[in-house]
Order: sequence, then C-alpha cells, then structure tokens
Amino acid sequence: MVEHGDIRVVHRGGSKINSREPVISSDSRLLLCASGECVKVFSTSTEECIHDLRGHTGLVTGVLLRPSNHLQAYSCSADGTVRLWDFTDGILIKWRSVGKACVCVCTCVCAELFQLVAVHLPQSGDRLVEARELSAVLSDVSSNPAAIAFGRGGEYIVSAKGLQLEVYFFKKQKSYRFSLKENNKKGRKNTFTCVASHPQDDCIATGHEDGKIRLWRNFSHKKEYTYSTLHWHHSVVSSLCFTPEGTNLLSGGVESVLVQWRYNQESQKDFLPRLGAAITHIVVSPDGALFCTSHSDNKITIIQSCVKVSAIIQGLVKGESLSTDLMVDPRSKAMVLNGKPGHLQFYSLQRDKLLFNLDIVQQEYIHQSGLQQFEVVKAAFTASGNWLASVEERKQKDAELELNLKLWMFDEQSQSFVLNTTISAPHEARITAMCFCQSTDSQTTMLALTFMAVDDGPSWSCDFVGAYHSLVPECCTFSADGSLLAVSFQEVVTVWSPSSWELLTTLSQPPGAIRDLCFGKLSCSKYLVGTTANNLLCCWNLLTCALEWSTSMNTSLLLADPLSENMAAFLNVHNVDQIVVFVFKPNEPRPLYSHKAVCSGNVTRAVFAPREEMLDSCEESSQWLNHSQLYFLTQCMDLMTFTTKAEEARQMAASKQLVIDDSIAMTPFHLLLGKHRGQQQQQESGQDSLSAERTPLPQGSAAIKELLQTPAHILPSTSFLCSMFVQSLLISVTDSRSETKHVEEEMESEKEEDSEEEEIESRAVRPPEMARCGQATETATLTKAQVKELRRVKKLDHGWLSSVLDL
Amino acid sequence: MASYKPTKITVYPKLGEKVTQDTVYWKNYKAPIQIKEFGAVTNINFSPVAPHNFAVTAFTRIHIYGPFSHEPVKSFTRFKDTAYCGRFRSDGQLLVAGCEDSVVRLFDVNGKVALRMYKGHTKAVHVTDFTSDSYQILTGSDDYSCRLWDIPNATELNAYQEHTDYIRCGQHLFSMFDGRVDKSVMTLDHGQPVESLLLYPSEGLLVSAGGRFVKVWDLLKKGQPLVSLKNHHKTVTCLCLSSNGERLLSGSLDRHVKVYNTTSYKVVHNFDYAASILSLALAPNDESIVVGMTNGILNLKHRKNAEESKEISGQQRRRPSYRVFVKGKNYFPKQDDYLVSKPVKQHLAKYDKQLKKFNVSKALDTALEAWTRLKKPEITVAVIKELDRRGTLKNALAGRDEQGLSRLLYFLIGNLFDPRFAPVLVTAAEMILDIYQSVIGQSSVVDRQLLRLQEMLEREIDYQQELLEVLGMLDTVFASSLPRKEVPCSMFSLMIR
Repeated sequence: MVEHGDIRVVHRGGSKINSREPVISSDSRLLLCASGECVKVFSTSTEECIHDLRGHTGLVTGVLLRPSNHLQAYSCSADGTVRLWDFTDGILIKWRSVGKACVCVCTCVCAELFQLVAVHLPQSGDRLVEARELSAVLSDVSSNPAAIAFGRGGEYIVSAKGLQLEVYFFKKQKSYRFSLKENNKKGRKNTFTCVASHPQDDCIATGHEDGKIRLWRNFSHKKEYTYSTLHWHHSVVSSLCFTPEGTNLLSGGVESVLVQWRYNQESQKDFLPRLGAAITHIVVSPDGALFCTSHSDNKITIIQSCVKVSAIIQGLVKGESLSTDLMVDPRSKAMVLNGKPGHLQFYSLQRDKLLFNLDIVQQEYIHQSGLQQFEVVKAAFTASGNWLASVEERKQKDAELELNLKLWMFDEQSQSFVLNTTISAPHEARITAMCFCQSTDSQTTMLALTFMAVDDGPSWSCDFVGAYHSLVPECCTFSADGSLLAVSFQEVVTVWSPSSWELLTTLSQPPGAIRDLCFGKLSCSKYLVGTTANNLLCCWNLLTCALEWSTSMNTSLLLADPLSENMAAFLNVHNVDQIVVFVFKPNEPRPLYSHKAVCSGNVTRAVFAPREEMLDSCEESSQWLNHSQLYFLTQCMDLMTFTTKAEEARQMAASKQLVIDDSIAMTPFHLLLGKHRGQQQQQESGQDSLSAERTPLPQGSAAIKELLQTPAHILPSTSFLCSMFVQSLLISVTDSRSETKHVEEEMESEKEEDSEEEEIESRAVRPPEMARCGQATETATLTKAQVKELRRVKKLDHGWLSSVLDL
Repeated sequence: MASYKPTKITVYPKLGEKVTQDTVYWKNYKAPIQIKEFGAVTNINFSPVAPHNFAVTAFTRIHIYGPFSHEPVKSFTRFKDTAYCGRFRSDGQLLVAGCEDSVVRLFDVNGKVALRMYKGHTKAVHVTDFTSDSYQILTGSDDYSCRLWDIPNATELNAYQEHTDYIRCGQHLFSMFDGRVDKSVMTLDHGQPVESLLLYPSEGLLVSAGGRFVKVWDLLKKGQPLVSLKNHHKTVTCLCLSSNGERLLSGSLDRHVKVYNTTSYKVVHNFDYAASILSLALAPNDESIVVGMTNGILNLKHRKNAEESKEISGQQRRRPSYRVFVKGKNYFPKQDDYLVSKPVKQHLAKYDKQLKKFNVSKALDTALEAWTRLKKPEITVAVIKELDRRGTLKNALAGRDEQGLSRLLYFLIGNLFDPRFAPVLVTAAEMILDIYQSVIGQSSVVDRQLLRLQEMLEREIDYQQELLEVLGMLDTVFASSLPRKEVPCSMFSLMIR
C-alpha cells in the first residue's frame, strides 16, 4: 500500500453558525458568530462574510464584545484558549491559555469545571470570576449558556437549572434560591430553559418548557418574591432577550415565531411569524437597532427593530438524517442535499455558501414537535441538469405511507427548477433507489423500487414495471451510454435493457446482499463493480458476463467519478476503527491511491464534484484529483475533501487577493471609489482656506470638452464619473490658468496611448497633484496606484464581479 | 419571513380521451345541420370545382346543395325508380347516375333533362362513375356485368362479365380492370361483400370496406393486403379520404365515423351519429363533413372559421369588476419615474385564512360550505388532508351540533367511495365514529345518515370483492396466454437457487 504525503484531507466549510449566540458590533454593521474552529464576521446589510478569524484549534464556544473597546472581541474555544481579536481588521491581538480544555462561554462560566475561564475579562466578568473564586457558590449550573445571565450592571448573576432559579448577589455575596413545583395540574413541565435579566429594572425573565415566561421581581428577599406569568408559546421557550433600554422583551421557541412583549404592558405583543425554523438564540445589538435570531437550521436572521426581516445569513443545513445522497447539480456545480424540512439545498463548494433552497414539498411547515412531516428522501438529476426528480414521503404511525414523486424541469427564464409533474403514490412501499438514464437522446428514464421506469415528454408516464422473484431491489444504476440498467436484488444483480425492458442476464456472487453498484466509465465501461455486505468488492465483465476479479474488503461506500474511469471505495478497518480510502480503476485490481486514517467514524456519504478548472498534476498518485474532487461527510456531519499541496497554496493566494480589508459593506467599486472619495474629501478639507479665493470655472475648460467630445458609448456611466469629475474641476480652479493649460497639454500627449476612461480618471487625479507639489508626492503615488487598479478593473472580465457580488 | 404557503389542492387528472392535434382538428366543426331527405341517403358526391356543390342521392331524386345553403340548389327528379350513385365529372359540368330501372342517365349540371341515357344493363345499376380521362363512363349492375360507355355517342365500349354476384361496388371478389383490355388485371378477395372502394390519389393503394373490415391493398405489389382494420362493430358502408390524404374516414352501420391515420392506421378520432351511416363525403380542405343516414337525414357539419375557433379557446368571460383590478396594471413606468413599490398582498382563500390562524374548526366549516362541497369536493378533501397532516383533524371534527355533523356525514356519503378521495376520507370517517359514538341514537337525522353510510359501505365491499375476483380470473388468463421466456442466468445464480 502506498501512502502519499502530498494529498491531505481538509475540512471544507459548511460548519454550524448557530451553535452559540451571535454578537452584533456596537455600530450594528458587523455580526460575529462562532463557526466551527473560527469566528466569522458578516456584514449585517449585505449578508456577506467579510472575514474569518482563524486561530483556534478547537471548536469556538463563545464570542463576546470587549466592553472597554467596542472594536475588539473575545472568543473562547474548546482548545482552552481565549483570544482577543480586532474584528474589523481580522487581527489577533493577544491570546491567553486557560490551561484546561473547557466548554465555556465568555460571559459566564465553564459548565462542567466551575473554573474561572475568562481571566482578563474586564469589569463584570472579572468581578464575577473573582467572586466565584472566593466562594464558588454556583455549584449546580446548567450546561446551557442561555440559562445564565448577569443582572443590572453586573450586580448579580442568575442561573437556572431544572426547577431551581438561583440569584447570586456579588456585593452581598449571598444567593437566593427559588424553586417551582415539578408539575402543574395539567401535567406540564415547569422546568427552566432560559433566563434573561432586565438591564435597568430588578426583573428576571425566565422561560419554561411548557411555553410560559415568568417575570420575577423582588427576588432579593427569600420569601416576598413575586412573579407574573406570560403565556403565548405552546412549547419550550428557547431564548429570551431584553432590548438595551428594557422596553421590550423578545422571546422565541420551536414555533419559529419571534414574539415582542412590551415591558409592563404585557398584553401588547408583536409577532414575526414563519422565520423558517426553531429559534435557538435571540440577540439585540447594543444600540437596539437590530435584532438577530439564530435558528436550528443553521441560519441567522437579522431583523430591524420595527420587526421586519432585513437579512438572512444561511449556512449549510445538516438535518438529522441525510436521506438524499450527496449529489452535484450538473448546471451550477453545486452540491445538493436535503436541508430544511421539505427542501433541497444547493450549496456552492467553492465559495462555501448556500446558494438557494428549492422548496420540494410546498406546504406550510407546522412547527410542532412530534408531528410527522413530509421529508425529501430521494433526488436525482439528469446528466444535463434539465430535469430533477424528487421523492418525498411521510409515514404516520398507523396510516399508509404517503409518497410523492415530483419531476422538476429547469426553467431557463427564471433560472430555477419548476414543478412539472407530481405522481402521488408511485409505489406501494418505500422507494429504495432512483436514477435517470444518462443517454443523450431525449428519452429519459428513471426507476425505483419494484422498479418502475418513467418516460418523459410533455408528460411523464410509467413505462414498465419489473420485478425479479418478488425480491426487493436495493440499488440501481444505468451504464454511461444508457444501454444497460443494473438492479441489485439482494445477492443477485440483474442486467436489463432499457430499450426493450428485457432481462438480459443475472450476475451473482455468493453470498451477501449487494450494497453498491457502479458501472465503469469511458474505457472501463464494460465493467460493473459492486460491493456486498459480506466484505467483497467484485468486478464483473459485462461482455463475458463473468466475474473479472474480486477482493475481500469491508467497503462501506463505493462511488464512481463521472468524469474519469476512477472509482473510490471507503473501507472500514474494524480492528483499527479507521476509514481507508482506495481509488482504483475497474480494469485492474490495484489501487491508484490509498489514504489511511481519513477520519474516525464511518463515512456515510461522499460525492465526486467536478472541478471548475482542471488540474494538470502529472503525478500518478494525484492524477485522480485532476478532473474532480472527492468530498465526503463524516459521522459528525463534517464536510471534508482531499486536496494536494499545490492546490492549497494556490487557493490561499487567491483568497488573499480577494480579501477586502475594509469592513464596510463593500463592492470592488466601493473599494476603489470609496477610498478615492475619502482622499478627495481630505484634500478638500485641507483646502478649505483656499476655497475662499476660488475663481469661477472657465466655461471652455479642456476637461469639459474632453468629456463632452468623448463618444458616450465608451464612457462609463455618468453616476460613476460625475462626482469625481466635478471635484477635480473644483480643485483645479484654485490654481492659475497657466496650470490648467499645462494640464491640457498633458492630456493631449496622453491621448494616443490611453483609453478615454483612463484619461478622465487621470484628469480627476492630476490637478491636485499640480496644485500642491509639496504634499503631492504621497497622494500622487497613491492615486497612481489607483489609476492602475482602475485600469485593471476595466480590463478584467466582469464575470468575476458578479461572483463577488453574488448574494 | 416567508409568506404563508396556501393549501395545495391536488389536481386529479381528467379521465377520458386525450387531447391530441387530431381531436382538436376534427372537433373544430360547428353544430351540425340536419336536412330531411325523402329516403335513405345512398350517396354523396362533392363537385371537384368551386363552389363545391354536392350531389345527394336519396330515393328517386338527386339534390344538389350549395356549400352554405340548406336548400337544394337544384334537383334531378326524372327517375322512374330509386336513383343510385350520382357523381360529378372532374370538371363539375356533368353528373351521372344509375337507377333501379337499369338505365344510366347523364345530366348537365345546369339542365334538367337527361342529356344521354345509356341502356344495356338488364338490372338495377348501383355503380356509376366517370373514368379518369372523363370521356367514358363505367357502370356496374346487378346483372353481374360491368360496362364501359362512351359519353358522346352513348355506345357501349366494353362489357366485363367476370363477376359472379351483384356489383354494388364490388362483391366478395373484386377485380381490377384495365380499360384497354377486356379481362381483369387483378382480382382481390376481401372476404365479405364489398360496400365501398377507394383509390388513393397516388393510385398505389386501394382501400376496400366490407363487413366489419376495412382493408388496404398495395396495388403495386400485385394486390398484397397491407392492413386490415377492424374498428367498427357493424358493416362499414363508406370510405373517404381527407383533403391532404393523411387521414382516412370510414362510416358504418354502427353509427360511427372513424378517422384513421394513414401512416399508422390507428384510429385518431371518432364521430357519433344518430342513425346508421350509408354515405359520407368530405368537402375539399375538409371544410365540411356530410353524412347521409338510413333514416333519410343528411347531416352537415361546417368547419369553424378562424375567429370562431379563437373565441372558444380564449379566456372565459370576465366579471365587470375585473376592469377595476386591472386598472393601471399595464402602465409601464418611464425611465425617470421613481417607482414606489407596494408590498403585494397575498390573496388567500377563506379556508386558508382560517388555517393560517390555526382556527381548525372554522377552516373545516368554510371548506364544507355548500358550493365548495358540491362543486369542488377536492377542495374540501384537501383541507381535511391538510388538517390531518397538522394532526388537528380530530379537534376540527369534534364539537359539532346535529346540523354540522349531518353536513359532514352528507359529504362523506357523497364522496367516501370516490377512489380519489377514499384514503383521506376513510381516516376522517373513522375519527367521526370515534368521536360521536357516544351520541349515536340521540338524533334521528344523524342515525339515518349513519345507516345509509353503513349500507353504502357494505355495497362497496361487495363490489370490491367482485372486482378482485375478476382481476384474479384475468390474471390466470393472461398468465396462460403469455409464452414463457427462459431467462439466461449464470451458473452461480443457478447454484444458489
């Protein structure tokens, strides 16, 4: 076995952004959230990820703004470090090791160790820590960070666990405990789920498992405490939050409705329904202008304080079960899998971004636990990407299985899939496999359990129903040219002809049921490879209908690269408990490449994604990565991939180039123009004294002539030019006429070599340079650089722009 | 915030004939015009020249109708007995007709009296026609002979005596004659008395109708039979080709006219008539279909002109309030205009409004309103299904008074046995019985409805059982009739089994 050092397994995006509550910067422009091993900084207006704060080696468990400096933020991680970041520039300022790996939240406490975690937390955090070091009062703390809150100005800390609420006053160093009865009359649960404290008032709001919110007052006394109850939620209240002024209380839960209660006028409430998925956290920006909710489907919604959704940041949704396999959309090259309940998600692998969700079920989703919903269980694309087939099913306890097969056609006009045909109850039992015929002609065929083929045209109809000894078919696949169909029935592989629907031959390899089947591609198209449950990997030659070779290996997953002959097999090595990957060609039982210890735990799903541009690696070991890249999902739903070193280096370079160091919501144009404008403004302010003695503009200025004489179709849009142009004229006027003439001459000389646009740009830039030679050197170089940049922008293909701007 | 997704009303496919290009074409005729003739209409023939009058032979008369008039333009009544087979010459000037009294008469279309009389046959002449060079007439008679006449001097040129039965258009055996030879060139056996013959314009194919069969013969391959169509269940009496030659029409005593595709010889359309059809003709360009029947009725169907057909396919009539809603909708903002976008208000159906507010009982009530319940039961069923999906169907069904319950039961009785709705309504019916079993016996109305439901259920079960029995019988029939095919297997699989 050969081990190749230069191919590595890397983690590739798609991590959770809803694990901890996000943080909004004090100016409400940026949003920080913990995402896997890094902290992501998003713009609240454009939803764009501005940069990642990388450095932690473990899962980030909390993010917090530094109270003394609102441009810095702390993050703490399971690797036992706390880091201080300048999040606008993405710079690590300092880091401190806490010593012990701990699951913690910056504001509060480590849940398991009761250790002080945030050593250099100023103010309240510090005090808390000190206090706790002294007395270690809060001994029984819930592991849920939502169940701990600081009271008004850090005077007290509230913690809830089970049926007990504990309030600890730092000054008095005294704690009060309040407990509720376990059950109400109706047998509902009173357990605390979350806690929030009023910023100005002595009031604590607690959320309960039965959907009630209690407002506790007067809790500094053991006996005379009071509470009032608010009830709207029908199930668990998962998050509570007061606005900074304390006028409103926000609550959310499984219903995915954000409820805004008026403080002291609790009968008045506002709702924001249908947010998509259960609310897990609610955060309010320090100025109270924005609310932000994170949802269980890996989504962060940014809401304006008038209860209107303004932006949605969506991550890769990983449901509990990945029932549809990983697929690649041939059109957008996006990875497709089932995401939100009843939706298919299209996820761009290159940009680590969720492109869109396709609503398959098209039904109102009822957010209620224990309700059986329609789930998308199977999906398949045609080779051209024109058709998509999806299967949704719903199983109720004692009712029949409800199945729907839907066929979607790609609509060029709306650039999305449009429902073409719905077939209800296409089969009586669960559909085990579904695939499209890959043939080039218009006839497309698809099949599934007991297996049925469907024909296309303006309408779809069942073409053929086949069965083999009343066995249940497990998997099916079409050959590359669509002339053969292989269906496995337990341990027998049957080969059919899709044109006449005849059973051509049966292949079998005793014993063990077939798990996966793949036809070879290109030069190996005469081979059919299958894996069995009894640790065999078999390859049949379809010309002789005989077994070509077989090896004994415990394959958990087998898949074929659509663009080359290669196949990849994921192996389970039992005694080592590791996954090994083999890449091989079906015509020889020798691996091209193998990689040990890919990850721990089983690999359930994998996919070959075609590359946007081919690699030209000629090394034998990495040649298989030239056409497509192998992505796989581990047991803990991490998306991993194989890359070579060279490729990684290239990617790093590319990403650095693209990083935009300004944190404002930005476009490349903004980058260029914004800076330029800033400069101009500086100059303007510098010239305020001069502006008094400004002479009126010469009407026949060369610059104006130039602009007017240039053919309109070569000019950039006027909105682009206007302000710069006008400003440049204003400044140039401060100088004597002779100098403007000089400029004019220069223009003339430049005319031949430069394009019109650049001329205008240079005109906009030059005059100030002429005006003040002393200061000019610095600005001139800058502006020249910018001219170059503009030139580059102009020459570039603007296609990349759209990719950057794409939302 | 996503908007509310309204309840999906399942669209059930309409059973019945598929709409194809052919059905659209052949249905595009106006309502038929019926004209009563004196006797059975035995022949209809269109004039080959404009304005395409047609001659209708019925009883002792031949009427000539114009393309649009419903009154005869002209009639030839000088027959002593029943007239047969009035046919136009290719220039539309002359008309020939046979008669029961064995005389063949030739008429000028504008005249009244016969121009020539051809005497020679000894029995009734049922078949007359002009030859393609239009100078001769071919006649067939009950005296087993077939004669060729010269038009100008009314002499008999040739007589073919080979037939052994009445010539009514042919017989069991029909023969092909060449005018230059006095013997048959080709003899084809149809098997049944031949009622009608039709030669393709290309003269390569011949269609014959006789008995229940329509047969197509390839004349170029020495009369090899090409296809035999058996789509009628009574004798086929007449044949006709559509103007472009791509469709073949056949009329039969079973009161149907069938349209065949002449490439695949499949029936693409079917017309029904009130009585047995004896004759059939298509106007040039398929402008009208004329059918003569045994009860003496002539049925005329004219093609709709372009505007008329458009009228039907266009949208249905709009209500007067439509104008209010559409006002300003087609105004496009100019370039400088500042567009203030207004949030589009989602329009929801009544039941959806209630469902949105989680008012489950009210949602069911609105879905059970008389109009919806009777006219669009699929909406009611969809709402019940939606409630079931939400797990709140029980709540919606419970707590109803006698009137509400009887309305529900009434709906169930009407729709429970519809196979499209059964899966949903059975669960609902079970729930209703669970909920209201304690109050059974308190209201006579509800009790009566429950009894009715039970009765219908029993009937349905019996019916299903019978169907299953039939299915079993059919399965055995099919299984025995299909040839067994050996599936090739590799040695391995044989060993396993």
